[in-house]
Amino acid sequence: MIEISVNGVKRSVAAEADKPLLWVLREDLKLTGTKYGCGVGACGACTVLVGAEAVRSCQLTVADAAGAEITTIEGMRESGRLDSYKAAWIAEQAPQCGYCQPGMIMAAAGLLAATPKPTSEDIRAQITNVCRCGTYLRVERAILRVADTSGA
Amino acid sequence: MAILSRRNFLIAGGVIAGTAVTGLGVGVAYLNSIDTTGLRPKLRPDGTALLNAFVRIGTDGTITFTIPRTEMGQGVLTGLATLIAEELEVDLDDPRLTVIHAPEALPVYANFTLALEMKRPEDRSGIGDWVKSKLFGAFPYIATGGSTSVVDGWVRMREAGAAARVLLVEAAARDWRVPAGECTAKAGAVHHAASGRSAEYGALAARAATLTLGAVPALKDPSAFTRIGHDQPRVDIPAKIDGSAVFGADIELPDQLYASVELAPVLGQHVRAVDDAAARAMPGVVAVARGEDFVGVVAHSWWRARKACEALKIDWRGTAPPFSTASFAEELRARIRAVPAKLHIKRGSLSNAKGKLVEAVYEAPFETHAAMEPRGATALLHADGRAEIWGSSQTPLALAWGFEQAAKDLGLRLEGDVITHVSLNGGAFGGRSEIREFKQAAMLAAAAKGRPVKLIWTRAQDIQHGICRTAAAAHLKVFLGPDGFPVTFQAHVAAQALQATWAKRNLPAMAGDPNEDKLGTEGLVDMPYAIPTLWVGFTHVETPMPIGFWRANGYAFNVFFLESFIEECAAAAGRDPLDYRLALLTDPRHRAVLERLRAAAGLDRPLADGRARGIAFSASFKSICAQAAEVSRAADGTIRIERVTAVLDCGLVINPDIVRAQIEGAIMWGLSAGLFGGLTVEGGQVVETSHADYRVVQFDTAPGAIEVVLMEGEDRPGGVGEPGTPPAAAAVANAISALTGERKRALPLIA
Repeated sequence: MIEISVNGVKRSVAAEADKPLLWVLREDLKLTGTKYGCGVGACGACTVLVGAEAVRSCQLTVADAAGAEITTIEGMRESGRLDSYKAAWIAEQAPQCGYCQPGMIMAAAGLLAATPKPTSEDIRAQITNVCRCGTYLRVERAILRVADTSGA
Repeated sequence: MAILSRRNFLIAGGVIAGTAVTGLGVGVAYLNSIDTTGLRPKLRPDGTALLNAFVRIGTDGTITFTIPRTEMGQGVLTGLATLIAEELEVDLDDPRLTVIHAPEALPVYANFTLALEMKRPEDRSGIGDWVKSKLFGAFPYIATGGSTSVVDGWVRMREAGAAARVLLVEAAARDWRVPAGECTAKAGAVHHAASGRSAEYGALAARAATLTLGAVPALKDPSAFTRIGHDQPRVDIPAKIDGSAVFGADIELPDQLYASVELAPVLGQHVRAVDDAAARAMPGVVAVARGEDFVGVVAHSWWRARKACEALKIDWRGTAPPFSTASFAEELRARIRAVPAKLHIKRGSLSNAKGKLVEAVYEAPFETHAAMEPRGATALLHADGRAEIWGSSQTPLALAWGFEQAAKDLGLRLEGDVITHVSLNGGAFGGRSEIREFKQAAMLAAAAKGRPVKLIWTRAQDIQHGICRTAAAAHLKVFLGPDGFPVTFQAHVAAQALQATWAKRNLPAMAGDPNEDKLGTEGLVDMPYAIPTLWVGFTHVETPMPIGFWRANGYAFNVFFLESFIEECAAAAGRDPLDYRLALLTDPRHRAVLERLRAAAGLDRPLADGRARGIAFSASFKSICAQAAEVSRAADGTIRIERVTAVLDCGLVINPDIVRAQIEGAIMWGLSAGLFGGLTVEGGQVVETSHADYRVVQFDTAPGAIEVVLMEGEDRPGGVGEPGTPPAAAAVANAISALTGERKRALPLIA
């Protein structure tokens, strides 16, 4: 059994040590908001927060995730941290098919934690998540909205 | 429920092609009984009021809109709901309202526009159209694609809203014993101003469902629209933001198992032998199943299934010589020099073929979809033989046929029709009307003894075995008259047939002659330019690639070819490319779009140093789109797309912001294929494995800005999902040509 902390709650999972955190989240914990897009770290659909940092959960084994504070899109919703993102994403009507969006939001949360007032250049350089529907410009505007509405 | 079995439909295929109705064994009375209007109300025993096939109201007052098209990001749930809501007088953000994918397959849900080859249903006339509609309804041919959902639902959805409203008003009028004409419907309730009475729809629905609808009610005049034409927040967006939206890959059912598969390393190979001993011995493995094109493992988790797959020893065999995209490109280049296998249009005479010659060869590579949700499905073979399947599909029938084919291969008898569930789709773009992965899921489910099995392909499998757009080459040859305008235009396109290859794989009776494949020459055959002599030919070249539908299909490569080449002609004539096009456009709507682009993109204004602009124009899917791309070049030579201005005339606009989002997305889609390399196949193996090497537009390569200007050139809606893609690559190619002096005739434009 491996103990990990997900969305503020300690969870014990009977998973192999080398099982990617992505699949532990989706299958052992039934948190399907974090998506499988490629499994090789190329698309970002699986992005979660480990501490304050955006991490591709397909590239992190559950063993390596033990001891860290993991936040998924569900956790963002439960804690209310998602509220400003939700308002921004709705204002921009950003999602189309929506499959990449939880990963985009988590990547944005990671960026904003490190850079509370990013420029467009910052966003374009640092968010490398893939979206096949082409929502980039709306996601960019939504991130800037979140940054604008967040205090100082 | 499929009323007409697939076997009978295949027999009836001749009727679809336009031959006589008689001799079918399917009588007119039977056809007449197929309800393709869907407006008859019904009160269910549990009290639910089915006001018609699209609107139902529960005893708790909840209102449900049943939408027979797949939400795959294009906003169709919202768009079609808006049409119903306008007439029903319910707001989309009404907390009582839910919008869902249709849970069953009814004849009225068919895509009549596709059935009638892009004729609007309200323009149906004559016995041929009637028979086709009834047969496609009987099937029922429910499909999302071809930019047809709003075109097809424009009248039908509004009629459904109006019909439901009329019944509810009548129910209130009878309750209150007042004339129906004195009652009004507003915000989900009926009001009688004179007596001050009102009642919510929920209170009226049961009575309304027992009434008989008279004539189909008159629809609102567009001047009275309060929802159509105004931005409506999309109904599916909130759940897509907070992670609660359930996609096909997210399905979790009680007692569910998970599956992964191994697919052929080389195209065209099939399974000859399997040693699964090591796989079966691995922890959590429940079963191993195989078909002709796969071997799969069912296990307690997808991760375990994947690991076990890697332990399978599979002997793959094939008979076809290994395929390579490089040699195919050479073959296409050779074929376009020969006489076309079929002429798709022969207008005018080539005796005028003299003057200044402009000719060129244009090329485009294979492309796949690489949608964010990898392919798969969840299938369940109940102990009593009922079959059920959930999946991301543009065509619910493909889900059903997948199960039926699996049952046939396994010698299983299914109980009743396959129950299909259309899930939210993580990107389709034409690629999700395929039986293959659904059949695999069903075969894996058959090995799982009554437990649901969720199959997910790996990303590498999705890239390497996904559906592709064909590679294409075109030889374009024009003679310019003394005024510099084309007097003759000849084109020969060589590619793999799109429609015929898809049909051969999924619906063989509809396959037809691949050399007649209209999708291969669309964009050229129907070019908007008034050129007296136009000959366009097509030659189908067979490959083992799984060719199918891909956003804008033939327009996606032919418009790149045409819109680049027309500028070569303009340059040869010494004329401005915008004015050159205008001189050749006769349709006032076309001219209006191009003139609007001139203004919106400031085309008459000079650009800053180091910048250049290119334009492109196309008419497709009942809409017209012109784009201007402005590019710059960085010190290291990288081309950057600073902005794209797009003007779209899609006729009547239902939801402006959804339309804008679709054009933005269509541009990004077209640019991904336009800028970056497509699929590479060597020795029959696809080289690319993920978005890392199958490059697509991302934040760092997206245009700096996209501006979409909407025009409404007619009072009915045109298509929106695809028209933004064809001009995208050409506009950038023309901009790069202006910037560098170099004319690029082969995609990709950058890498």
